[in-house]
Amino acid sequence: MLKIENMTMRFGGVVAANKFNADIEKGQIVGLIGPNGAGKTTIFNVITGVYRPTEGKIIFNPGEEEQDITGLRPDEIAKLGICRTFQNIRLFKELSVLDNVFIGNHLRIESNVFSSILKFPNYRKEEKMMLEKSLYLLEKVGLEDEKDGKAHSLPYGKQRRLEIARALATEPKLLLLDEPAAGMNPQETRELMEFIKDIKDEFELTIFLIEHHMEVVMGICEEILVLDHGSLIAQGDPESIQTDSNVIEAYLGVE
Amino acid sequence: MKINNRFKKSLSMLIITIVVLFILNKVLDDYKLRVLNLCGIYIILGLSMNLINGFTGLFSLGHAGFMAIGAYTVAILTMPAPMKEMNFFMKPIVPFLANIEWSFFPALMMGGVMAGLFGFLIGAPVLRLTDDYLAIATLGFAEIIRVVFTNTQSITNGALGLKGIPASTNVWWSWGLALVTILFMTFLMEGSYGKAFNAIREDEIAARSMGINLFTHKVMSFTFGSFLAGVGGGLLAALLGTIDPNMFRIVLTFNILLIVVLGGLGSIKGSVVSAIIVTIAMEALRFLDESINLGFVKLEGVAGMRMVIFSIILMAVVIFRKEGLLKEN
Repeated sequence: MLKIENMTMRFGGVVAANKFNADIEKGQIVGLIGPNGAGKTTIFNVITGVYRPTEGKIIFNPGEEEQDITGLRPDEIAKLGICRTFQNIRLFKELSVLDNVFIGNHLRIESNVFSSILKFPNYRKEEKMMLEKSLYLLEKVGLEDEKDGKAHSLPYGKQRRLEIARALATEPKLLLLDEPAAGMNPQETRELMEFIKDIKDEFELTIFLIEHHMEVVMGICEEILVLDHGSLIAQGDPESIQTDSNVIEAYLGVE
Repeated sequence: MKINNRFKKSLSMLIITIVVLFILNKVLDDYKLRVLNLCGIYIILGLSMNLINGFTGLFSLGHAGFMAIGAYTVAILTMPAPMKEMNFFMKPIVPFLANIEWSFFPALMMGGVMAGLFGFLIGAPVLRLTDDYLAIATLGFAEIIRVVFTNTQSITNGALGLKGIPASTNVWWSWGLALVTILFMTFLMEGSYGKAFNAIREDEIAARSMGINLFTHKVMSFTFGSFLAGVGGGLLAALLGTIDPNMFRIVLTFNILLIVVLGGLGSIKGSVVSAIIVTIAMEALRFLDESINLGFVKLEGVAGMRMVIFSIILMAVVIFRKEGLLKEN
């Protein structure tokens, strides 16, 4: 689904990601963990086109229809089917909950702006479909009752869910979740885990997530990548990661 | 059902507006009619600036420039040939414009198109900038237009300005086009593209990560806004009958910004109401510019005193009520 080859990202003298390699297979839930400042979000930013990597390549859909997405703009990457949520929630705060999800549909619109103003039948038809899809997604994340409220009036956990609904509206094939469980209580965290598995199956997603809650990572990820100081230090299934000496060293230090 | 109710409400509003305009058109004297016309024109201008600054969040201060383009286009296209000859006594007008005489509506649309075209051309490089840099660049653009118009003697008649522009603007034109603009804005902002503009204002990073092409959407909004500014400028030229480059200074942009901020950034209703109030107040407060006799003391008149009042109101609004005086909730 996604292949990162020898990706290096430097900011001046700081190396945020160093010769990073990853191969994410279709249909997997892959976790990216590491101590604070290890460069996890930088990797997300490079994948989604916020940063252009200093070196290396990002390949989407490796294999037959592979596309080199290195250096494409974020909106082009979103159109190809990679969408994300943000660590420090970035909703359209002053807009309604429904509009937030509705805007997620906008990138797939085919009618032009004039047919939208003149409300031509082709636009009306599209708008109706976008609206139905948005309502369905809101129901999916359990926010259908709050659809008319402003996004910033939602409690934290719901804002996170709204962000996921908005990302799903873009019809991604690969969904990147940046700390989806941050700030959630154990109950909410368990619900979130179920929810992630659920949307993965329903929308046939591949999910790549950054998370600090080990319960989430160990519970739903099939493959885990461990990052420290911008370099990949371990990779494998949850059991092997838990016993990996490099990982223990990175998190706890050496005796 | 909901749509139907709204349609009925809009239709009744429309009928009431037409009836009121009809009555006002009969009973008001020339001066008051002119203020009424200005109200309509400022509705168009306020909404066009709100589209760019309020709905899309682009801090642009180039409005006077786009208005100048619209005003001059309409003036040059509608003035009859003998009138042009009289105006251009310093240096004759370029031959291909000398004998052009269009009727009002096509000229007005051309004014909008020219302003929109410039908006598009300016927007392409300038909209890569953000916030204050965009404001500075657009402000610079408006000044460039003004200086160019002052110096292109054979096209714009330079600093002498143009006099005797056919006074085609009446209440039906100004308010008719204001109503069209209101409809345009309402439908635009309800639709998917309008919501995408809002998303850009709220959070550019999130908007582009959701697949919204920032550049095309910003240019789109900017072009629409400058088109409407051009139409407004054209109406103004045909209302006043006289224009010169110095009319289109930053103060003009400031007046429109005042309307937008008082009415609330991103509020259509707010801009409409605020355009009417500000336009009337600008005229009503003229006594402040003259000397005031309080009986025991006589205050000397200060030209521009009423603008001080507006500036104070603007400051107070920005400090205490950022969402605008007229915006609900």
